[in-house]
Amino acid sequence: MRLQYPANIKIIKVPCTGRVDITHMLSAFEEGADGVFVAGCLEGDCHYLKGNLRARKRVNYVKQILDKVKIGGERIEMYNLSAGMGGRFAEIAREMGTRIKELGPSPINLTEGRRESHIGEEAA
Amino acid sequence: MIKAIGKPIEEIIELVKDYETLLIAGCDGCVTVCEAGGLKEVNVLAAALRLYFTQAGKKMQIDETTCTRQCEREYLDPLADRADQYDAMISLACGVGCQHLAERFPEKIVYPGVDTCFMGVNLERGLYAERCQACGKCILAETGGICPIARCSKRMLNGPCGGSSKGKCEVNSEIDCGWHLIYERLKTLGQLERFQQPVSPKDWSTSRDGGPRKIVREDIRV
Repeated sequence: MRLQYPANIKIIKVPCTGRVDITHMLSAFEEGADGVFVAGCLEGDCHYLKGNLRARKRVNYVKQILDKVKIGGERIEMYNLSAGMGGRFAEIAREMGTRIKELGPSPINLTEGRRESHIGEEAA
Repeated sequence: MIKAIGKPIEEIIELVKDYETLLIAGCDGCVTVCEAGGLKEVNVLAAALRLYFTQAGKKMQIDETTCTRQCEREYLDPLADRADQYDAMISLACGVGCQHLAERFPEKIVYPGVDTCFMGVNLERGLYAERCQACGKCILAETGGICPIARCSKRMLNGPCGGSSKGKCEVNSEIDCGWHLIYERLKTLGQLERFQQPVSPKDWSTSRDGGPRKIVREDIRV
């Protein structure tokens, strides 16, 4: 398909978004990610029945934590798309990239001694 | 088991904001089962605190550990070698474990990271309900295995009060009337005649009314 999406996205593959834990998402921010998006299967289409629904709940929980620790809950998002929706994936990647660029670097990366910011992503 | 719920992060931040080294100590017992203070919750709280203090420009060393049970001294001893390294500790154990940690390390500041709620059951993951108030004199044999002390809002002993309506409690329509449950259970068991027998006033001296309690078992003491 040769679709273009921002090159500063790091993809972490997991067998199911149900594998994505709160600690994984927080670690991404600790490691310097400016934003994270979790790309799960369409709701109702989970091979493991509820993996993507559980992931959404966890993402929402992490949003609350990020708001409380002044990083900003809008830096993380959950999307649902199927493996056949390459175009939508590229669109989401651009959409998220634009959102994060508008927000600017994570406050973590603005503190002294932190490495240059980058955008991180988790996808399944 | 003892049920607890994590304190709001902002409350914990306020408690520890002036320290530079912090140990978050979880417990592998009850609070792990109710997912309030086990290893995973320790990891999440530590990550959240690190994010907060890093963005605030404050360097803070936050270490993580758990004990098999914070309510037993033997399991706290391994912390003795490293306790001096920290300005303060946050215990994610129940109130018992948190106090025991403070007793074991009297020179250390120990903060609770969870609110300890009650002794109860797991109805399902993330749904816990109170079942015992540790009154010290169990009357479950007379009440069909359902405790009126824990399940009745008024701790009635002789049947439901006037606030019982359609099996629910007047305190909250989501609370089952404990005495309604007892009645239905005794009916199932064919023991409704128990309602014919007056119940003697309960001796509350074995409960909190008798002050802080202690069990002394000379037969097993070393």
